[in-house]
Amino acid sequence: MDDLLLNQFLLLGAILFGIGVYGVIARKNTVLVLMSIELILNAVNINLIAFGAMHGDIAGAVFALFVIAVAAAEVGVGLAMVLIIYRNRSSVDLDDVDTMRG
Amino acid sequence: MLENAWIIPLIPAASFFLILFIGKHLPRKGSELGVAAVGIAFVLALATNVQWFSHVDDGGHEGEPRGEEVVEGGEHGLGAAVSVDGESAQAGAFTETVAGARGAESAEEGEALDEAESEHAVEPVERSWTWFQNGGVDIEVGMLLDGPAVVMLFVVTLVSLLVHVYSTDYVAGDRRYTHFFAFLSLFTASMLGLVMAKSTLQLIVCWELVGVCSFVLIGHWWEEKANSDAALKAFITNRVGDIGLLVGIITLYFAAGQTFDIVEINTLALNGGISQTALLVAACALIAAVMSKSGQFILHTWLPDAMAGPTPVSALIHAATMVVAGIFLVGRLYGVFFEGLSIGTSSVNLLAVVGGVTVIGGAGLAFVQDDIKKVLAYSTVSQLGYMVMALGIGAWTAAFFHLFTHAFFKACLFLGSGSVSHAVHSFDMRRDMGGLRKWMPHTYKTFIIGTAALVGIFPFAGFWSKDEILAGASQLGGEGNYTAFMIVGIVGALMTAAYMTRVIYLIFFGEYRGHGHPHESGPRITVPLWILAVLGVTAGFANIPSALAPDSLALRFEHFYEPRGDYFPIENFTHPEFSLGIALGATVIGLVGIGAAYLWYWRGLGPHGISERSAVAGTGYRVLVNKYYFDHLYTDVIAGGVKGPIARAAYWINQNVIDGVVNGAGRLSTALGRFVYTHVDQQVVDGAVNRSATAANSSGQVLRQLTSGKVQQYGALLFGAAAVFAGAIILFV
Repeated sequence: MDDLLLNQFLLLGAILFGIGVYGVIARKNTVLVLMSIELILNAVNINLIAFGAMHGDIAGAVFALFVIAVAAAEVGVGLAMVLIIYRNRSSVDLDDVDTMRG
Repeated sequence: MLENAWIIPLIPAASFFLILFIGKHLPRKGSELGVAAVGIAFVLALATNVQWFSHVDDGGHEGEPRGEEVVEGGEHGLGAAVSVDGESAQAGAFTETVAGARGAESAEEGEALDEAESEHAVEPVERSWTWFQNGGVDIEVGMLLDGPAVVMLFVVTLVSLLVHVYSTDYVAGDRRYTHFFAFLSLFTASMLGLVMAKSTLQLIVCWELVGVCSFVLIGHWWEEKANSDAALKAFITNRVGDIGLLVGIITLYFAAGQTFDIVEINTLALNGGISQTALLVAACALIAAVMSKSGQFILHTWLPDAMAGPTPVSALIHAATMVVAGIFLVGRLYGVFFEGLSIGTSSVNLLAVVGGVTVIGGAGLAFVQDDIKKVLAYSTVSQLGYMVMALGIGAWTAAFFHLFTHAFFKACLFLGSGSVSHAVHSFDMRRDMGGLRKWMPHTYKTFIIGTAALVGIFPFAGFWSKDEILAGASQLGGEGNYTAFMIVGIVGALMTAAYMTRVIYLIFFGEYRGHGHPHESGPRITVPLWILAVLGVTAGFANIPSALAPDSLALRFEHFYEPRGDYFPIENFTHPEFSLGIALGATVIGLVGIGAAYLWYWRGLGPHGISERSAVAGTGYRVLVNKYYFDHLYTDVIAGGVKGPIARAAYWINQNVIDGVVNGAGRLSTALGRFVYTHVDQQVVDGAVNRSATAANSSGQVLRQLTSGKVQQYGALLFGAAAVFAGAIILFV
């Protein structure tokens, strides 16, 4: 894989990461924030696979598979929490969840 | 025995503790312990005396005739039943060794006596133990046994034993009976320690111990204020003299090259090892101690007051033994006095003047007292004056001889006065006595004998000793001799005769003026009286002048008891010869005194009531009644004059200095406290606390902005921070 193609993958990862960060910080809907986190994770996955392909190393792909597995578990737990918050408050707006405010 | 004589004081000392701790539980309340202890001490003292005689003779001339033995042995045989066994055994053994050689040696002995200088030295028996060490100096306690110590052992134990026996009757039933005997024992132990002291330091310790015993026993009946006052007066007056004792001893300590040893001090004083100035200073300081302890003018005022104590105490402590401690001190350190005051070559010195003044002054006061014991007390003062005077004129042996005889007849008189007061329950001769000779024959006879001895009638004891002092005054000393003191002595003898005759008249003659029926005292009182009376007759033969007796009997006292050695004066030191003129003159003077008093009291002759009619006589009478105003001088003028300004000064210092210091300290600490409160506590400490709280609060206020509880804000911060770190890594790594 030549450098030009790698740059394109990295650029794609960066864009995906930026969109994910934006979604985490700016969106009020908890489900959307979870989805944005998935974007960030997948941006990292693209980077891992791209570098793995460049070095001809399988480790990058293995890492990406782990991340996908962990992300699935994470989304499972996160959606469960969202579901409970919704049941208690009839809302999934993150601004309302500020019980820890100092 | 001589080496082990140090045991003698330890016996009554042990008895003191025993009586104190277990006396009350014994059948006779502890008195049996005291009597037994002093009895043993007396037997041992007798044995010591006997061995001392052979020690004196073995030194050079074997086979010294035992003249003293005969006289002394006779006295003891008559005197102390307790002692007969021990004494005769000792004397018997002694006789065997010397009897054979006796005849052959007496001629030689006569020559030896003529040349006192050539007579062999008698080494004192010494024992010593190190008490403690300080700065490289060994402080020793020990025993110095020589003539004066030996004779004092005899006198102290004998009189103490008789007084113990007498007291078992006299103070019977007293509430502090056990206590009384405990302190009699302690006194005996201290006095024996004093006479055997090897070092001046030990002498001071014992000197103070006898003073304490005197204090305790004078105040025996302390419930009456007069008695406790008298005890305090005795103690405090003696403190005044003790300053002199301390100064004198310390002066001698340094002058003699840091030694307390009596023999060394005397030797150095006599061979010129100590400067004349140092000796003079030490002698004058020590005279102050003699004045207080031995009741010499002007510190004599405590002695008559000391009669507040029980009569046996007066006889033992304030007549026979403790008050002669001053005489003994001078005799002990005679080298110091002899050289320091130039006794051998002068014709007047401080010691003799003190003694002379006391002879006349004390005798004068005895005339106007109505209390029998006070008359005897002033008589004691006067007789102690004789002894001090004798030492002052260089008649050492005469002084100790008079001490020896005086102890017996004055103890006899005191115990006799106790017997009288026991019968009439009073000491007042004028109000409660008179005509007692009918009821109290034993007391009467012994009192007459004691008086005759005191007055100095031939052949009673006082005659010999007083005569020796008078002969000394006329013969010893430098140019012109001590003639003035001979006149003083003769005048004193005249006065003694007169006031003692007055006492006899008031007690035993005339009509009985008291109440109730007087009765003779029991045997425990009369037997000691008779023993002392017999000694009052015979003690004088211990030193018969060589002109009146064969050599084997003459001057035994001088031969055995006068120290001979480097530590006793030899140069300019002579012994007076017997003078018939002086002896006759003194006797005639004594008879004149008796006669005058006889005419005055029995016949009612003379200008009676002259003190009311004549202004001069009245003034003289008032001066005597007021005891020369010494008590006024001390309590009103000196104490009164000093205590006012001192009290005012003390008050001023109290108000201004001490209160000032206290108040100043108070004010200072208040101001300091306020400063600390406002500045340190309120501002620094509280400030630190408050500001740290404030700082925590405000920093919390700032930081709480961050913890908004908004997850997205945290996320934004997280990503921001990650971005900053990433930027930093890209830029700098």
